[in-house]
Amino acid sequence: MAAPKPNEIIMIDHKPPKKWWMDTKPTFRQGTFSYPSKPKNIEILDMWNPREWNPVDEDWKLPDDWKERILEGFRDLLKKYRSLKVFMDICVRCGACADKCHYFLGSGDPKNMPVLRAELMRSVYRGEFTKAGQLLGRWAGGRELTYDVLKEWFYYFYQCTQCRRCSLFCPYGIDTAEIDLAGRHLLNLVGCNINWMMEPAANCFMVGNHIGIQPHSLKDMIDFFVDDIEEVTGVKIEVPFMKKGAEILFVTPSGDFFADPGTYTFMGYLMLFHELGLDYTMSYYAAEGGNFGFFTGTIENAKKLNAKIYAEAKRLGVKWILGGECGHMWRVVHQYMDTLTGPADFLEVPKSPITGTVFENARSSKIVHITEFTADLIKHGAINLDKNRNAGITATFHDSCNPARGMGLFDEPRYVVKNVVPEFYDMPEDTIREKTFCCGSGSGLNNDEFMEMRMRGGLPRANAVKYVNERYGVNTLSCICAIDRAVLPPLMDYWVPGVTVTGVHELVGNALVMKGEKKRTVNLRQEPIPGMEEEEEDV
Amino acid sequence: MYDSGKVIIGLVIFVAIATFPFWFGMGKAAPMPEPQLPKGKKECVESKEFMRSTHMQLLNEWRDQALRDGDRTYVNHEGKKIWISLQNTCMKCHDNKEVFCDKCHIYANVKPYCWDCHFIPKESKQWN
Amino acid sequence: MRIVMPFIIVVGLALTAWAGWAIHLQGFFGVLVPYAAALIFVAGFCKKVVDWAKSPVPFKIPTTAGQQKSLPWIKHSNIESPFTTGQVIIRMFFEVFFFRSLFRNLKGELRSGPSLIYGPTKWLWFSAILFHYGFLLVILHHLRLAIHPVPCCVDLIDKVDSMFQIGAPPIYLSGFILLLGVTALFLRRILIPQVRYISLVNDYFPLFLIMGIVISGMLMRYVIRTDIVGVKALIMGLVTFHPVVPDGIGAIFYIHLFLVCCLFAYFPFSKLMHMGGVFMSPTRNLPNNNRAERHVNPWDPKVKLHTYEEWVEDYRDKLEEAQIPID
Repeated sequence: MAAPKPNEIIMIDHKPPKKWWMDTKPTFRQGTFSYPSKPKNIEILDMWNPREWNPVDEDWKLPDDWKERILEGFRDLLKKYRSLKVFMDICVRCGACADKCHYFLGSGDPKNMPVLRAELMRSVYRGEFTKAGQLLGRWAGGRELTYDVLKEWFYYFYQCTQCRRCSLFCPYGIDTAEIDLAGRHLLNLVGCNINWMMEPAANCFMVGNHIGIQPHSLKDMIDFFVDDIEEVTGVKIEVPFMKKGAEILFVTPSGDFFADPGTYTFMGYLMLFHELGLDYTMSYYAAEGGNFGFFTGTIENAKKLNAKIYAEAKRLGVKWILGGECGHMWRVVHQYMDTLTGPADFLEVPKSPITGTVFENARSSKIVHITEFTADLIKHGAINLDKNRNAGITATFHDSCNPARGMGLFDEPRYVVKNVVPEFYDMPEDTIREKTFCCGSGSGLNNDEFMEMRMRGGLPRANAVKYVNERYGVNTLSCICAIDRAVLPPLMDYWVPGVTVTGVHELVGNALVMKGEKKRTVNLRQEPIPGMEEEEEDV
Repeated sequence: MYDSGKVIIGLVIFVAIATFPFWFGMGKAAPMPEPQLPKGKKECVESKEFMRSTHMQLLNEWRDQALRDGDRTYVNHEGKKIWISLQNTCMKCHDNKEVFCDKCHIYANVKPYCWDCHFIPKESKQWN
Repeated sequence: MRIVMPFIIVVGLALTAWAGWAIHLQGFFGVLVPYAAALIFVAGFCKKVVDWAKSPVPFKIPTTAGQQKSLPWIKHSNIESPFTTGQVIIRMFFEVFFFRSLFRNLKGELRSGPSLIYGPTKWLWFSAILFHYGFLLVILHHLRLAIHPVPCCVDLIDKVDSMFQIGAPPIYLSGFILLLGVTALFLRRILIPQVRYISLVNDYFPLFLIMGIVISGMLMRYVIRTDIVGVKALIMGLVTFHPVVPDGIGAIFYIHLFLVCCLFAYFPFSKLMHMGGVFMSPTRNLPNNNRAERHVNPWDPKVKLHTYEEWVEDYRDKLEEAQIPID
């Protein structure tokens, strides 16, 4: 689905309308909402109220007791999450978060200010659960949970990518992701969820990867990668799957198997592991590092998917786990996994078999980020890299929200990128590292029908890329996230045409000097490398 | 309750700070100050209530009027003319700082800067 | 109306106190109300915090604002991304005393092009600092009326606060700082369209209440004087549980006191609880050592997994055909 043209899209005013927010309702306009989940996905995940329905319809086919279900669920969440309870009570509405949200910046819709997004829920909390709110209604900032409020929740809780940029600027650290996750969970209770989040989650649960490619087909796809790598490098590599007793289990987002340019990143990993002679394995059962279940807000879903990784590590008898480039996978892996599906006491503290470095920071969860691993290799001079094979590339680096604000992974990927490309420039400091902007399509919103909002939400990121593009001639946007690799290319085409999106390990794969390789004339995308074009007498 | 150790320590600190005045004096009330009024004199330059609440502002005005404008006449609320002088008007009756001024000033922790320039009554007597 | 209503309420509260004074309810407004307010404040505050604490922190979710601790040669940002409890305490210290997160504030502006411009904006931070530190100093210098003998540290604060020796009684700077702070916070709330749009009665009411307190306090000190010795006697009576109601304390004092009591009594039920809440925020008070130290969720959800064995059953034929090893 096409979004309006860039010059139309920015005809927005950040000034709120005359009508107060409690009196306005969202319009379900094409391009600004995601399609609801197919019933089968809800059934697979054993969730609530599976049915065919459409958000533009008046009737959402809710169960009769929808209100009780939600309020009951709300009470339950307040008992389970101190974060939610505290965040419901302490916001002073200072507005520091307002212009931090990429969706607000790109849409001007006041309910995309994080504070108002949270107020959509807080007003119900006050109206239904506090004495003052029950008695005084909106004079105490409270309102009842009505059908319209529910629709509003659906619209705006699926217009948040849980990027947590607002939480960085909040004086009390109020985290809209926590509120949004709670809101999505409550919507789940009455079957109001979106397909682009539920279907990948259901696929990961049943099949093991988010597209639902069955294991034997996945095997064929891997064989294609092996052929491609051989064509580019002349080196025939093996890709171990389901290998018992390997030292390391490698888990990456399954987007890297299917979608360009993630596939090139995947080839980069394979080449690196081959060159190192790493004793590793992958799994068809736990072929997905990403966790679309987490986006649903129903934590059980996150656990259902995440638990496969440790289970498979245990079954295969590996010593530790290496995780690929993925944004929200790393939020779950870093902040949730050990709690949710640990303890991983059957594994060993990760130790690089190449450099001997012990990853003390992962001593409990036993899972290491690929850029931590590779940065360590480069630092120890354990691999040969030739920057000239990335000739013509002037790169910048996009910090994905989750590894940035949910992990603090900033210098490792930069160190890797700077060692494999000839030129590197960071984007302006207010748009990178902990202050990084979302790609605009995270948390299950990377679907086509949401394209207009994606382009709006991606504006701040794209704009920062444009800045370095114009100033330094940056032509390559590197990133460590599978969703980024899927959504940044259309975003760049829309706002900054001519900028290529690449995973960090694609650049590593290109620069990697391999034993027994032939002269490289093309990169992993099979595009000629400037200055290394095939000479006539060559092959 | 979760994290009860930390929460209770925090709350104890909070309660201790919030109730500080209640336990600081251990329940002992400081006696109300009883400044000694000059014997045999019935009225001051203004009413007792006015002097109690507002003498500092009056003195401040007097200083400005006398020293900056050189005008040493004050007309009080009853229309009576009064000669502006700390030494010769006020202290003619209130001749002992310790039993008069200090009583309330110490109680309310007020440290007026009158005596930065003026002699306190006892000293002035010695000088005479 | 969201602005006018709370203003009227605050004026009404002030008038109530004045009327109470006029019909000689000094005992009620001078003794009962303050005790009730103090009790509600302390008990309500504790109850709210305990209530929060009754919910666990299921996951360790710090918002990381700096480089994690990973490889030894990568500089760890130990305050912005704390790894140890000590580092968390330092982070919290900066958060609580210097409003670190607010200091980070930026203003984003969309210009034609399109181009988004960001610039630092410290006005909110500065107003908040003025307001909170002004308030703290005001409370501290009021201690001279609530404790006896007055210790030297309170005396020192008093000296600094009145260092300019303007007038008699000398002006307290803190009162003006607080007034400036509260006015700035009010003005930004009504002048910035987005902030006005998000503001509730719940936001204006405490602002007007605090303005009322500051203004009545200043009136009492600088304009409509009242007998300060009587005031101290009343307060000392309260804190020593031997309440007395001296004669001759003016209405202005009762108005001031009643508004203060309203603020304290309102506190535990309002957004003002951010004072306690800032300490309880899981995105700030937890270390970023997730992969090194396991955090336990007391209500760890039980879920039905799709096990390897079930998965193999789903695809047995295909797995065998593709010669994928099976357990």
